[in-house]
Amino acid sequence: MSQRKHLPSIHVPHHKNTAAAETVTMPVPDEVSISMSQNIGAPCKPLVEKGDYVKVGQRIGDVEAFVSAPIFSSVSGTVKAIEQVRGSMGGFETHIVIETDKKQEISEEVKVPEINSFEDFIKAARDSGMVGLGGASFPTHVKLNPKNLDECKYLVVNAAECEPFITTDNREMVENGQDVLDGMKMIMQWLNLERGYIGIETNKPDAIANMKKLIEQNEIKDMEVVPLPSSYPKGAERVLVYEVTGQTMNAGVLPAQLGVILDNVSTIGVMAEYIKTGMPIVRRRVTVDGDAVAEPKNVFVPIGTRIADVVEFCGGYKKEPRKIIMGGPMMGRATKSDESPTMKNTSAILCFSQDMAEVKEETACLNCQRCHTACPFGLMPSIFADAYADKDVDKLNRFNVMQCMECGSCSYTCPARRPLALTNKLAKFMVKEASK
Amino acid sequence: MANKFHTNLIVSSAPHIVTESDTTRLMGTVILALAPAWVASIYIFGFRALLLSIVCVAASVLFEFCYNKIMHKTQTIGDLSAALTGLLIAFNVPSTFPLWQAIIGCAFAIIVVKQLFGGIGRNFSNPAITARIFLFISFAGNMSTWPVTRLDATDAVTGPTPLAILAEGSTDQLPSLGQLFLGFHGGSTGEVCALALIIGGVYLIIRKVISPIIPCAFIGTVFVFALIATGSLHMALFHVLAGGVLLGAFFMATDYVTSPKLPLGQLIFGIGCGIITMSIRLFGSYPEGVSFSILLMNICTPLLNNLSYKFYLKEGGAKNGK
Repeated sequence: MSQRKHLPSIHVPHHKNTAAAETVTMPVPDEVSISMSQNIGAPCKPLVEKGDYVKVGQRIGDVEAFVSAPIFSSVSGTVKAIEQVRGSMGGFETHIVIETDKKQEISEEVKVPEINSFEDFIKAARDSGMVGLGGASFPTHVKLNPKNLDECKYLVVNAAECEPFITTDNREMVENGQDVLDGMKMIMQWLNLERGYIGIETNKPDAIANMKKLIEQNEIKDMEVVPLPSSYPKGAERVLVYEVTGQTMNAGVLPAQLGVILDNVSTIGVMAEYIKTGMPIVRRRVTVDGDAVAEPKNVFVPIGTRIADVVEFCGGYKKEPRKIIMGGPMMGRATKSDESPTMKNTSAILCFSQDMAEVKEETACLNCQRCHTACPFGLMPSIFADAYADKDVDKLNRFNVMQCMECGSCSYTCPARRPLALTNKLAKFMVKEASK
Repeated sequence: MANKFHTNLIVSSAPHIVTESDTTRLMGTVILALAPAWVASIYIFGFRALLLSIVCVAASVLFEFCYNKIMHKTQTIGDLSAALTGLLIAFNVPSTFPLWQAIIGCAFAIIVVKQLFGGIGRNFSNPAITARIFLFISFAGNMSTWPVTRLDATDAVTGPTPLAILAEGSTDQLPSLGQLFLGFHGGSTGEVCALALIIGGVYLIIRKVISPIIPCAFIGTVFVFALIATGSLHMALFHVLAGGVLLGAFFMATDYVTSPKLPLGQLIFGIGCGIITMSIRLFGSYPEGVSFSILLMNICTPLLNNLSYKFYLKEGGAKNGK
């Protein structure tokens, strides 16, 4: 398992400034705004109305669809409004705005789930409200329930955390390693998996040491830590599956089709917490960093807290913020306002001042092919950019644009500052439109 | 409440950070890699080499500046590519070459070869190499009058290049390999000191500015071709060290814009350069063929790209983890 060739990758600055920062819990803000679109798949419908009193852990949003996850109130208080807000994807989302009473009364709905069968376990996974906390926010209960479950042998835990700045997975393993192992144990037990792997980049020695120690202490024989090179993007699903199992995974293929159940480490840890305590996901650990933040920290944030409130807890802005990113700097989304609330998948809030926020001017392509050599899958982004400009869908298809996972390595390495990841995205969209 | 928030933030597509290395830095690295050869040329040919290089760089930058101004284009002199072209033109002519003719060469390189085709990234051939050929045809006499080195003990002012001596067939007068390696022989300003060029080339490969494929294929082909054709290891090394092979292989054949994108194309490109160079040297009427070989292979680049795409796509395009 060790002598395999690695996929091409790039070296990005790590900026893991908060790696040693123990997670602190922030006080409940005056108001939270909880989005009903927090997972891939169907958005939830509000289950409460304006004026209702809600408690912590109370289910306030849900929907019948299979690919969905319920949403819970992170605070106790009164529903002030149910409004349509333009989300970071550009479309409108329903948000439930709750004025908090700061009492944090726990809902009667919160009780430890009883699990006697695989079906109970999947139901518990859904009732925990879990989605992939790494950023993709794919509902966890769907991932744990693939059609070909009997063919699945391995559990691969994504703890690579290859994005610069973010240290939440690192802290999860250092602070909550036992829950991670317990979660893995439960998944492997109920899904009947043979072996569990935890893929961790070597720039997190504390996490690697702690997980190894815990595996030893618990005398677990069927789990192991897989140290990964600290280069971007080792935490991308398709790259991680290859690095850990040696299997090639193309776009559109699910890990389960290769016999792998793959989940983010924090997702597993938080789900284990739910199964032990009955408290679904109402808060999450967020790395707050960037050159505009006074005191970078790891913070437990009630879901729905507005960015401005989180930053205020971190000492406020020390410079005028010009760009705020939810998630990592390589794949995260820039938000237009710090009024935006945190969501289940907000792993980081990065506030950049003008120095770091500036979008560099694009110059002419030199044909240096750094984009090609940086691409984990050896794609040719400069050809995509030209073909996109020519609206040449056939060429885009021939050069496999749909294999692009938008990791951003091409844009990062381009000396001409071309926004190649963006043209890849647009080109993929063009291909999808053309095939309709 | 409304003014509590920052609502006018910059929104852009991911990624939100980029590498420090940009076009200016790449060109600067290449210029830095040429510095040893530049210092060596001044040591070998004296003040005139310094003057020539300053004039060529200044002229190239000025032509680029004026062209952009007149055509209302974005100013691109800051990316240092014009300065690099100027330096390479100075390296490719004799150090005694008349300055006004050198300036014409710079104008041709920048305006005709580079800007008329769309500026940086759009030219089909290397501006410096094309300018060298242009000057060679326009001012043939001056382009083949080689100054002797400062260290030449004789009173002669001009002398032949090693390849010219070879073309005349007087092999007993050839400089030794040691002389060739250190650069104490006639030739263009920047091409003489093999040691300095190798230092610069290896630096570029280590810094990952250029891929080793083209220089290795080019130099390797010249070596093997000469070895087979002459049957002598000494002559094979002579052909690698004499003339413009090292300067061409490391600094001009590797020009991103005018060389193939994929390794297969680059390999064929390098081999093609080597074969054309040696064919001209051994069978042609010119003593030197590096510049023609690079220009001809530049023209083949789109074909080589298409050829290598075919193989690339046959492998499934993306490497798919193999």
